[in-house]
Amino acid sequence: MSLTPEQVRHVALLARIGLEPGDEDFYAEQLSGILAHIDRLQQVNTDDIPPTAQVVEIVNQLREDEPRPCLTQAEALSNAPVAVNGFFRVPSIQEET
Amino acid sequence: MDTTRLTITELQALLRARELSTKDLLEEHQERIENVDDHVKAFLRLTPELAAEQSAAADRALKAGEAGALAGIPVAVKDVLCVRGVETTAGSQILRGFRPPYTGTAVGRLFAAGAVMVGVTNCDEFAMGSSTENSGYFPTHNPWALDRVPGGSSGGSAAAVAAGESVFAVGTDTGGSIRQPAALCGVVGMKPTYGRVSRYGLIAFASSLDQVGPFARTVEDCAIVLEAMAGHDPLDATSSDRANDVRRDFEAGVKGMKLGVPREYYEVEGIEPGVKAAIAKALEALQGAGAEVVNVSLPHTDYGLAAYYIIAPAECSSNLARFDGVKYGMSDQDAANVTDAYMQTRRLGFGTEVRRRVMLGTYALSSGYYDAYYVKAQKIRTLIKRDFDSAFEKCDAIVSATSPTVAFPLGARTQDPLSMYLCDVLTLGGNLAGLPGISVPCGLSEDLPVGLQVLAPQWREDVVLRVARAYEVVSGVKAEVAPL
Repeated sequence: MSLTPEQVRHVALLARIGLEPGDEDFYAEQLSGILAHIDRLQQVNTDDIPPTAQVVEIVNQLREDEPRPCLTQAEALSNAPVAVNGFFRVPSIQEET
Repeated sequence: MDTTRLTITELQALLRARELSTKDLLEEHQERIENVDDHVKAFLRLTPELAAEQSAAADRALKAGEAGALAGIPVAVKDVLCVRGVETTAGSQILRGFRPPYTGTAVGRLFAAGAVMVGVTNCDEFAMGSSTENSGYFPTHNPWALDRVPGGSSGGSAAAVAAGESVFAVGTDTGGSIRQPAALCGVVGMKPTYGRVSRYGLIAFASSLDQVGPFARTVEDCAIVLEAMAGHDPLDATSSDRANDVRRDFEAGVKGMKLGVPREYYEVEGIEPGVKAAIAKALEALQGAGAEVVNVSLPHTDYGLAAYYIIAPAECSSNLARFDGVKYGMSDQDAANVTDAYMQTRRLGFGTEVRRRVMLGTYALSSGYYDAYYVKAQKIRTLIKRDFDSAFEKCDAIVSATSPTVAFPLGARTQDPLSMYLCDVLTLGGNLAGLPGISVPCGLSEDLPVGLQVLAPQWREDVVLRVARAYEVVSGVKAEVAPL
């Protein structure tokens, strides 16, 4: 399977990664090269094989739902690029009407 | 006495006999860093204030007779493990300036045992790479040949130990990122069973594969450090509460043990004749010590790399969504809207390889491709795990080369991502199956270090360490400090 520059644009938008001029062709070529290797997976018959998401033996680790110490608001905001009134600030999500 | 060549065991004896002070031990390592790190570039940043404080505390504990197993011992910490107040960036520009408000469990346990942090080591950005050339800051150089890579992604940690800049170091291994640089730098590096060491406070790359582990110059030092880090942590639900018995039978030797030799690992694409010869010699030494070498098969080896390069990028595309310029790190504040702000921040903050993997993972998880790629790779993961299960019915441990090649020149593989990915072809199976593994130095090829890998069933770190220790004893091969 190979990736077209249009598909790279779509994937980049899904991944929220901006593209500079030339990036589409660069990544189309590189990702296609990697996918050409990955295509060998299709040679293996896996019809009756269950998927493995993780290899831990532990299931359903539960704990009591009790309050416990955590970061203070000031600590949580200490690395914020911009904090205002105890909140993280982001550019507007909705346009003003 | 040059303390930068000594082991944890040797140093503890001197410290406890009051023949060496923690202050002198720290200063000798800081001096060594001063003298050699301009060439090696193992460290992204040094932590002299924290080191002085920890060294003084270790001294007080020694005097009071309450010292932990690592009291006063200098350690270097990979730039993916959060330490409260110490800039931690995952080798990425996107996290420049980030000071974690907390310390991760694995490193916190080392500190509790008395370790003294000398600095933060370089790595491939977000631990994605096999040469440390993907660092967002600068490449690290192999202490044995400065024009060559140290391996990666934990290349700074491996190089720091090989160069005598720290007695031991901490790294992380997602597809070989401890074992491969250990091999290329001629030190011992160990990846524990998935779940043995808490991942709390580790900046996540691929959560079902990541493990924290030690680098040192002897197998015993590795065992001591692992023992100090291991164990259940309520803050990591995947950490196990199994007994911390990793040093059980440490000196028992390999007499009567069955060591599996998987044909596929010895004929892997690109394996160098000098590496094969060093491994053959290591097998002879182990046989001489009474081990029986048996043939085993890992028939899906050829599909491991492909499965890994779906699963790891898929997990990373999800994990790295948090780097959005809102909560920490780089941020584009001039964007017209929030989507543009995300996209600009991530275009500027992430390097080429990280963007490549995030996009690959996003593609593999996207509508229409999820079954063909992600689910397919997960099924192959099942087959790879079953391969190991079958092999371990016939043997106690599997031995092979750690890396198909010795350290390669800087720049040799940066243009071709797939050639870089092939560095991990012998190690990533251990991550997919969650196995413990180690790399120990086993001689030279072309005057460069070769690593012998030992893999064992899940939770059998004791077997990994016992075989590696037996090899160290019978071969007489010891990790040396590079003459810089």
